[in-house]
Amino acid sequence: MNNLKLIWKNAARKKLRLFLTVFSIFTAFLIYGVLGGFQSSLDEGIDIASGANRLVTVHKVSFIQPLPYSYVNKVRSMDGVADVTYAVWFGGYYQNPQQILAVFAVDPESYLRLYSELVIPEDARKTFFSDRRALLVGKKMADRFGWEKGQQVPIQSNIWTNQEGSQTWEFTVAGIFEANDPKIDTSYLLFPYEYLNEGRQFGQDSVGWLVVGTESPDINTQVADAIDLEFANASTQTKTDTEKAFNQAFIEQFGDIGLIVASVTGAAFFTILLIAGNTMMLAIRERTSEIAVLKTLGFGNGKIFTQVILESVLVTLLGAVPAMALAGLFLKGASAAMAGILPAMFINTGMLVKSAGIMLLLALVTGIIPAWKAMNINVVTALGRR
Amino acid sequence: MTEKTLIELDHVTKRYTRGRDTIEIFDELTMGIEEGAFLAIMGPSGSGKTTLLNILGGIDSPTSGSVTVGGQRIDNMSEGALSKWRAANVGFIFQFYNLMPMLTAAQNVELPLLLTDLGRSRRAEHVKTALNVVGIADRAKHKPSELSGGQQQRVAIARAIVSDPKLMLADEPTGDLDRTTAVEILEMLQLLNKEFGKTIIMVTHDPEAARFASRTLHLDKGHFVQEAAE
Ligand SMILES: Nc1ncnc2c1ncn2[C@@H]1O[C@H](COP(=O)(O)OP(=O)(O)O)[C@@H](O)[C@H]1O
Ligand SMILES: [Mg+2]
Repeated sequence: MNNLKLIWKNAARKKLRLFLTVFSIFTAFLIYGVLGGFQSSLDEGIDIASGANRLVTVHKVSFIQPLPYSYVNKVRSMDGVADVTYAVWFGGYYQNPQQILAVFAVDPESYLRLYSELVIPEDARKTFFSDRRALLVGKKMADRFGWEKGQQVPIQSNIWTNQEGSQTWEFTVAGIFEANDPKIDTSYLLFPYEYLNEGRQFGQDSVGWLVVGTESPDINTQVADAIDLEFANASTQTKTDTEKAFNQAFIEQFGDIGLIVASVTGAAFFTILLIAGNTMMLAIRERTSEIAVLKTLGFGNGKIFTQVILESVLVTLLGAVPAMALAGLFLKGASAAMAGILPAMFINTGMLVKSAGIMLLLALVTGIIPAWKAMNINVVTALGRR
Repeated sequence: MTEKTLIELDHVTKRYTRGRDTIEIFDELTMGIEEGAFLAIMGPSGSGKTTLLNILGGIDSPTSGSVTVGGQRIDNMSEGALSKWRAANVGFIFQFYNLMPMLTAAQNVELPLLLTDLGRSRRAEHVKTALNVVGIADRAKHKPSELSGGQQQRVAIARAIVSDPKLMLADEPTGDLDRTTAVEILEMLQLLNKEFGKTIIMVTHDPEAARFASRTLHLDKGHFVQEAAE
């Protein structure tokens, strides 16, 4: 036997109680791991995917309303602007309306200049620049549908009808692109704007939004303000933000995920704080005379205090560590199942550090009062009670 | 037997204050206990026997006066120093054994050794020796609930001697045992006193038990009323 074993024996003396406490801790950390992992993956996804010097200009009223094509060149000529590209949301789905795809009609050359993190085979790049029906397929989408280069792919649009009066648009896979960082989401498709613009029955010469590359991230705010000011008196006014802010706002239209995650996990942790703290308190009270005996044998106050704290740490880890592992597995499974809809989800290093911090804090908070009580047990009174 | 004094009480007073009432347990108690003694302390309930034992063992402190054990003043030691002193110098035996229910006999005996820097195998050796001395090595892996009262008290004695202290304090060690078992335990204490040279102070209110000691003191109203030497 050693000190650690003694602590374990203490924790495990009531198996059912230990199980219930560990299970409640497990549940709380599972909730935290899954929700927190989901949120931090989204955040990290936004961070990685957002170019530091990229701005997004959208219609002031709503980003689903189009901007005139003429804005592209106007913005291109402005001070501090290095490059401009534009895109249109295709509203695509494949085979059935439930299978929604992220498909963008883009200006091939300027788009790839601004999104230089995309890695594209040279032949695919050439085809993309020359063939208007070329479809550039993100790696994740290619994996999901098993599409290969040269394959004909019909994609339906729930927005755009072509000259034949059909909502089905034919594409040829030009190639598959990846990103220079595996964490960057590639679950989307790109095709030349011209194909859409010449084919669609309405909305000619409009674009969905502009992506503006500034000369330096330091001047992002000035350039954004200048763009919006430029069109302040035009019939179509704009709203320009950094790409990161835009992406965040886009995600937040589904709800304030940060707040939801914080309140749910907060409630879960508060509950186990009460459960675990109360259990620990009860355990120490039951053990009063045993602790008095330990003290009689020469276990000092510091030792007794540490024993109780470590018992609390042990019980917390017992529940929390498997919970975080399971949350990681769950996120991995969910990512695979929802590839293309949600970005890759995982428990990142930041989350791991944070969860370790929470485990420690929880163990200390639940353990400190019982530990203090245990330490201050009066041997004479405790032994005299018998 | 050497005549060296192990324990000296000098004008020891112990009072409890409860609200406005003050209970005086000892008033200016002065006495010496020689090394190697087996002393029985008898007296009516509430006469302060346990309190005296607690003071001698450094888990209670006198209101005034000094307590010297093995040349060391323990009445003014700090809490931390007393813990260390107890671990090294005193073995306690209680009426209700006070073993840890979730630990085996061997693990219970090992407890005091967790406070030493002995390695795993040395600790195991010491535990084995102690269990052999009290004749219960065959029950090493049993939990207290699987042992009889007498067996539990043997384990408790093993725990008290495992770190080889000079002084053993026993508070009614046979108070919960039948006659035959009590005699076995008392013979064991006698053996520890005679063969291993332990100084033993045993509180009891059983005159039969006191007979196993080499000397008996009667405590009443905070004073030793008569010394019955054998
Ligand atoms: N913590 C305490 N507070 C007040 N009185 C106490 C306390 N502990 C013991 N006493 C009193 O001290 C006296 C001696 O107690 P004790 O030493 O346990 O006697 P004994 O062991 O001889 O029966 C008793 O009257 C008891 O009520
Ligand atoms: Mg008593």
